[in-house]
Amino acid sequence: MTEPITANALELHHLSVAYRVGGRNRAVLRDLSLTIRPGEAYGLVGESGCGKSTVALSVVRYLPRNGVITAGEISLAGENVMKLDNESLRRMRAERVSMVYQDPGKALNPSIRIGRQLTEIFELRGISGQGAIDQAIAMLNRVRISDPVRVMQRYPHQLSGGMQQRVGIAMALANDPTMLILDEPTTGLDATVEAEVLDLIAKLRQELSASILFISHNLAVVSRMCDRVGVLYAGMLVEEGTTEEVFNNPRHPYTVALLRCLPRGGQRKDQIRLDTIPGFLPAPGAKITGCPFADRCALADSRCHNELPPLHDLGDRLSRCHYHERAQDLPRTTPGNIAAAAVVTAREPVLRIESLNKTYAAHGQALRAVNDVSLDLMPGQTLGLVGESGSGKTTFARLLLGLVPADEGGTMRLDGKPLAPKLESRSADQVKAMQIVFQNPDSALNRSHSIRHIMGRALRTLAGLKGAAQQKRLVELVRSVRLTERHLSVKPRQLSGGLKQRVAIARAFAGDPRIVVCDEPTSALDVSVQAAILNLLADLQTKEHVSYIFISHDLAVVRYLSDQIAVLYLGRIMEIGPSERVFSGPHHPYTEALLSAVPKLDEAEQSRVRLDGEIPSAVNPPSGCVFHTRCPRKIGAICEEQEPPLFDSEPEHKIRCHIPFEELARLQKKQEVVTA
Amino acid sequence: MTATDIKQPDLPASASRRSPAMEVVAALGRSGSFLPGLVIVLFWVACALFGEYFTPHDPLADDIINALMPPSADNWFGTDQLGRDVFSRVIVGSRDILTVAPLATLLATIAGTTLGLFTGYFRGLVDDVISRILEAFMAIPVVIVALLAIVALGTSKTTVIIVIGLSFAPIIARTVRSAVLSERELDYVAAAQLRRESALHTMFVEILPNVIPPILVETTVRLGYAIFAVATLSFMGFGIQPPSPDWGLSISSNYGMIGGGFWWTVLFDALAIASLVIGVNLVADGVQVALND
Repeated sequence: MTEPITANALELHHLSVAYRVGGRNRAVLRDLSLTIRPGEAYGLVGESGCGKSTVALSVVRYLPRNGVITAGEISLAGENVMKLDNESLRRMRAERVSMVYQDPGKALNPSIRIGRQLTEIFELRGISGQGAIDQAIAMLNRVRISDPVRVMQRYPHQLSGGMQQRVGIAMALANDPTMLILDEPTTGLDATVEAEVLDLIAKLRQELSASILFISHNLAVVSRMCDRVGVLYAGMLVEEGTTEEVFNNPRHPYTVALLRCLPRGGQRKDQIRLDTIPGFLPAPGAKITGCPFADRCALADSRCHNELPPLHDLGDRLSRCHYHERAQDLPRTTPGNIAAAAVVTAREPVLRIESLNKTYAAHGQALRAVNDVSLDLMPGQTLGLVGESGSGKTTFARLLLGLVPADEGGTMRLDGKPLAPKLESRSADQVKAMQIVFQNPDSALNRSHSIRHIMGRALRTLAGLKGAAQQKRLVELVRSVRLTERHLSVKPRQLSGGLKQRVAIARAFAGDPRIVVCDEPTSALDVSVQAAILNLLADLQTKEHVSYIFISHDLAVVRYLSDQIAVLYLGRIMEIGPSERVFSGPHHPYTEALLSAVPKLDEAEQSRVRLDGEIPSAVNPPSGCVFHTRCPRKIGAICEEQEPPLFDSEPEHKIRCHIPFEELARLQKKQEVVTA
Repeated sequence: MTATDIKQPDLPASASRRSPAMEVVAALGRSGSFLPGLVIVLFWVACALFGEYFTPHDPLADDIINALMPPSADNWFGTDQLGRDVFSRVIVGSRDILTVAPLATLLATIAGTTLGLFTGYFRGLVDDVISRILEAFMAIPVVIVALLAIVALGTSKTTVIIVIGLSFAPIIARTVRSAVLSERELDYVAAAQLRRESALHTMFVEILPNVIPPILVETTVRLGYAIFAVATLSFMGFGIQPPSPDWGLSISSNYGMIGGGFWWTVLFDALAIASLVIGVNLVADGVQVALND
C-alpha cells in the first residue's frame, strides 16, 4: 500500500458501471478516469441522467442492487476500494468517506432526535456518554448552528431545510473524513439558504483537510465551490480542467453549449433568444460508436460520428473532442439577436388587483398567506414574482386563477370587469382567459391520457372546437410549441421533461388566453431544456400578445422574461417595479439579499449580503416591518414598531422600507465600491 | 450560420419501450405466486365450465344402496348419504361459487369505486356523511346483513350477490377514497377545473384511470374473501340452495356425519374451498406486487 500522505484522495481508473434492467446491462459510466488530489475540491457537472450520482455511489460501493462495476478501479487514499471485504468496506465508510445527500429531510431519520443521530456516530468510534454529547455539540457549533443544545432535542421535521442540511453536514464531518462527497447538497434549498450552506462549506474547507467531490447540475454553484471541474456527458468525462479555465475558456462543444444556455449578464427576452442544445442525452446503455455528443453538436462531421475522440491532454486540462481548438466556434442554434418588438405603450391593464388577501385557518390561528397585494398587469407584458418559498407566490397565483378563493374585500378586475374570487362564479370567458403552466408536468398532465386526448379536450372545452376543426387547430397548436404530430399518439411518460412541459404550455394556450400564470415552469428541467422553454414562452408572448405572471426562484430566469418584478415576503409586496430598475437598484434590502445570494458565473467574488435564519412563520409574523428580523440594514426601533408603506421611490418603482430611497442608493453604492 | 441542421430525434428513448400494461404482465410473469395461483384458479374455472363432461358419475344421481361408501376405485372420494359420487360433486361444485363470488366482487367494486370517487373528490361534508354511513355499515357482521336480506328478498343467488357485494363495497370505497385523495392534489385536476370540466368528467375520465391499480389489487383480494363468504353463507343455509353440489352446501349437509367416521363427505369439499381461496390469494399477491412496482 502506498503512503496515504502522498496518495491522491480519490482515483478512478477506467471505471465503467452498468445497471441491469430487464435482463440487460445498461452502461451508465463509461471508462471514467479522474483524480482528486488531497485537499482539493473537485466539481462534477452535467445534466440529469449523465451519471453524476452513480459516481458518488460507486466510490463508496453503495450502488443499487442492480448496479455493477463492469470494469475499472477505484482507489481511495491509495487503497483499492474494489478489493475491500465487507468489514473493511464498512470501516472505510465509517471512518474515511462521508456523504451529504440532496434531500436532508430524507437523509435524516424522522423518528430519532438530532442529538441521538449525532452521538451515534461518536459511539461507533468508541466515545460514549457525555463525551459523545460534547462532541456532538462541538460539531453543531462548527456548522454554525447557534443553539446546539436545543437543536439536539429536536426531531428532523422540526428544523427548516437549511438547518437540516447543516445537521447533515455535521454528521458527515463527525468522523473527520478524508473524502467528503456532496451530492447536490443545495439543490432543494432556497437561494438565500443555499448561499448560507455554500458559505458554510467554503469556510469548513479552510478548517478541514478533507478533499471534496462536489456533484451539481448548477454550473454557478460549482464554479464558486471548486478548484477543478469535470464535465460528465453520457457517463463519459468530456472535459476537465481548473474551474476558471473550463468556465471561461471551454474546450468542448458540450461545455460551450451548456454555458450558453444560461441567461447571463442581464439578457432579456427583447434582445436575444437563449441558445439551446438540440436533441437528447443518449439513453443509458445506448451504443455509442463515435463521440457521445455528436448527434447534438453542430460542429460534428463524419469523423465525430464514427470515431470516439480520446481525452486530449491540453496541458493541465483535458477535452474529449476531435476539434477542441474549435469548440468555441460552435454555431448558435437560435438567432443571437432579434428585432425589437414594437413597443406597445401602456394602455389599460389587462388585470388590476387591489388589496388582495388570503387567510387560512391553521390550528385555530389565522395564517395570512397573501397580505394586501395590489398590482397591475399590462397586456403583453410579464410580471415576475420572486421570493423565498413560503413568501406566498404560489398562493397568489392560485387566487388569481380562482383555484383558491381570495378573502372578501379585495378586488380583481380582468379587462375592467370584476373577477369573482371563486372559479365557479366566473364567466366562461373569464375562466378561459386565465390559464396556468404548472411547475411539474408529470403532475399537470394526466398520465393515463394520450397527448392527443389531453390537447383535444382542452381545445374542446376552452376553444369550443370539435371534429375536423379541432384536429386542424390541434396540429397548429402542437407545431407552435415545436412538437410534431408524431408526439400526439403517445402518453406523457414517453416524453422527456422538456417535451412534457411543451405540451403543458400548448394546453394553456388552447383557448387563446389573455393571461398565463407560469409557476416555476422550468425549475424541474435541465438548463438546456430550460433555455428552449424560455425561448418558447418569449416567442409565444410576442406572437399571441399574452401576459405572463412568471413565478420563479431563479432570478436570472425571471430577469430574462419579465417586464415588471414584484418581490414578495411573507405574503406582502416588498418591492415592485420595472424589471431593470428592480435589478439594477437601488433596491429593498430583501431584494438586495436575494440578488446577492445567487451564485453567478460572471463574477468571481460577490458582495455578500447574507440573511440570518429562515423566513418567519406567517401565523405569527414579526411586528412592524415583517423583514426586520433578518434585515441586514435595519435602522432601529421604527422597523420593529411600524410597518413601512409601499412607497413610490421612483416613478413606477415602489419599495416598502423605512430607509429613504436616496439613502438606500448611497448604502448600496458604497457596498459595491467596497467589494470592487 | 444559424441554420444548423441538426436532426432532432422525434422521441427520446424512454427507459422502457414497453407500455405500462406490458410491464405489469412481465412483472406478473416474474412473480412467484401469480402463476401457481392462476393455475389453481383456472383449474376450478375449467371444472365449472366443462366438469360435467368428464365426471365419472352424474353428480346429482342418487344411489341410496351405495350411500356413504368410503373412497374406492370406483368412487375416488367415496359417496355421500344419498350415494352420490363425492368426486364428481367436488368437480362441478365450483360452478355456483365461481359465478356468485365474482359477481358479488364486481358489484362491490363498482359500488365501492363510485362511492370512493365521490367521497375522495368532494371531500368535506359529502365525505363526512358518506364515510360515517359506510363505517356504520362495516360494523354490522355480514351474517346479520344476510339474515335481514333473506327476510326481505328471499333466498337466491341474487340475494347472496347483493349481500356480499354491498358488505364489501365500503371496504373498496375506503381504498379508492384514499387513492383519489392523493390523486386529487395533482395539478391535472386543477387544470380540469380551469377548463370548467364537470365533476363527473373529472372523477370518471380524469381520475379513475389513474386509480385503477389499487382498485385491481383490492378487487382480487376481495374475491378471495367473497369466495369464503359465499361458502360460509351456503354452509349456514342462507346461500346456494339444494340440490346444487356447491361445496359449502355439501359440507353443511354432511358435517353432522363426521362423528360417524364419514370424513370423506366433508374433507374434499373443504379442501376444494381452501385451494380456490389460496389460488385467488396467490393471484392477488402477484397482482399487488406487480402493480406496486
